[in-house]
Amino acid sequence: MSHPHFARFIGRRLVAMAAVLVAMSFVIFLFLYLAPGSPEQILLGPREATPESVAAIRHEYHLDQPFLTQYFLWAKNALRLDFGRSIITHESVSHEIVQRFRFSIQLAGLAFGFVLLVGVPLGLFAASKRRTSVDRSIVAFSVAGISAPAFATGLLLLYLFAVKLAWFPVFGQGSGFFGRIWHLALPAIALGLTAMGLILRLTRAGAATVFDQDYVAFARARGVPRRRILVAYVLRNALIPIVTASGLILAYLIAGAVLVETTFALPGLGSLLVEAITNKDIPVVQGLAMLIALTVVFINLVTDLVYLAIDPRIAFEAAHA
Amino acid sequence: MSEAVVSPLPAGPPASTRRGRPSLLVIGAFVVVGVVTVCAIGGAAVAPHDPSAQNLLVTLTKPSMSHPFGTDDLGRDIFSRTIAGARTAIIGPLIIALGAMLIGNFFGLLAGYYGGPVDSTIMRIADFLFALPALLVAIVVVGVLGGGYYRAVILLVLLFCPLDARLVRAATLEQRGRAYVEAARTLGLSRRRIIFHHIWPNVLPVAIANATLAFAYALVSLSALSFLGIGVGPGTADWGRMLSDSRTLLFENPATALAPGIALVITAAAVNVIGDWLYERVSDSGRVR
Repeated sequence: MSHPHFARFIGRRLVAMAAVLVAMSFVIFLFLYLAPGSPEQILLGPREATPESVAAIRHEYHLDQPFLTQYFLWAKNALRLDFGRSIITHESVSHEIVQRFRFSIQLAGLAFGFVLLVGVPLGLFAASKRRTSVDRSIVAFSVAGISAPAFATGLLLLYLFAVKLAWFPVFGQGSGFFGRIWHLALPAIALGLTAMGLILRLTRAGAATVFDQDYVAFARARGVPRRRILVAYVLRNALIPIVTASGLILAYLIAGAVLVETTFALPGLGSLLVEAITNKDIPVVQGLAMLIALTVVFINLVTDLVYLAIDPRIAFEAAHA
Repeated sequence: MSEAVVSPLPAGPPASTRRGRPSLLVIGAFVVVGVVTVCAIGGAAVAPHDPSAQNLLVTLTKPSMSHPFGTDDLGRDIFSRTIAGARTAIIGPLIIALGAMLIGNFFGLLAGYYGGPVDSTIMRIADFLFALPALLVAIVVVGVLGGGYYRAVILLVLLFCPLDARLVRAATLEQRGRAYVEAARTLGLSRRRIIFHHIWPNVLPVAIANATLAFAYALVSLSALSFLGIGVGPGTADWGRMLSDSRTLLFENPATALAPGIALVITAAAVNVIGDWLYERVSDSGRVR
């Protein structure tokens, strides 16, 4: 990583990343003006609009300043993670986000675990059984998984396992480690199913090509145990597309969390976003939108760096373009 | 452990499934799409009951002869509502898939054919849009601005076209060096004619296969928006909206959730199966057409 073109590549990406974030922050700032109703009305929310309260709001949110100054003041506060107060709860937006953050991370972590622990082994298994009915069933399962939106599978799972069979609770968050996992199992499966289908296909496609390589045939001929071939030869090479697709998968999980948390009435960031949109709580929407923008830009940077680690020619070409 | 050692040929499905008859799964998928299309065109006319007629005397009844899936909390017939819901499930995704295909193809062809600054400008914008998570952007933007179903459709057209542009650009780059393009150029044909009459027909198969997959994702995205209450208006017979209304009715009449949920999953899966099948056919010929 010591070559100058690596540094130049990363430097360029960072500059582009900052530019994109500034552009996005401007659009997000504009929400206050683009949403139906005047900014004063929005920020007052359910409170009564007296001349005094309107004047106070105009002063607090700098609405009495010129337009661009307003943006700069807003962006300056945003840099300090200050997005103002929720118009509903009057708590600070960052406080609301922090409160819900842990829950969403737990749900996403559980879903990600499900995606990897089910998707990768099933994909490998299907690839090792290519052109059999086992393979075809697994592929059909993955197509169904990719096609099923998280809220539809969520409701179907809820009906089957919580209402009909009563194996899992219908709602609630559970207490303690295992209680939490038990309560989050159905939401995590609903959330991870689409990404699991994608990972399964990627693993199967990647593994299928590796199975055809001469070095795998040679390893078999030498009598290398089947399990060792699967893990050390096939999985290692098939992992590359999985790693590069993980950015896409994270984006899926973030969008899916909005749907799953609403379906199961769970108190995470996704349901906070839906609540804020329904209540026209623009400061909270702005805070969450900035968080999403930051996450997306960061994921893209990491994906680029992973590509770079895998294929240094990309950096070389980019630096000499 | 034995079969791959001796096989000297690169693996692939046997020739019969490759080019000849489509498999049973694909035929089934076409049947599903056909039925849904008929429901979408017919709408209330093919439904046994008026999908929005309320009958407060028969609320939340279990499935019966006159109401195959029972009724919801307002006494509306679930079966008829599921049939009527096919309309928003087809129209929006169709506009999105075709719109994104046309816009994406136009810019992809320009970028691929001209190269240079045209290419880098178009692709930089496409890369930026491609990095945005389409569904999340639609949730936030349509949620804040309002505007419902059709604003979401327009927004998704915009967010879906970068993928088309990328694919078509790559295919165009490959076609640009071919002899027939050189020949057309030597004949003095206009650039517009070469791009749209000579190159486009050759990259179209890939674009159509991709548009099919985009249709499935658009269907899922639009119903997600309706599920969250920021898509179609309240009371509309729409699968996402019905699922959202049914959340509290799971115990009384599970069919209120199962019917639209299964309709949605099966339709999306069928379109995905057709898209995969098209892709395989296109890529099997080794190159684009």
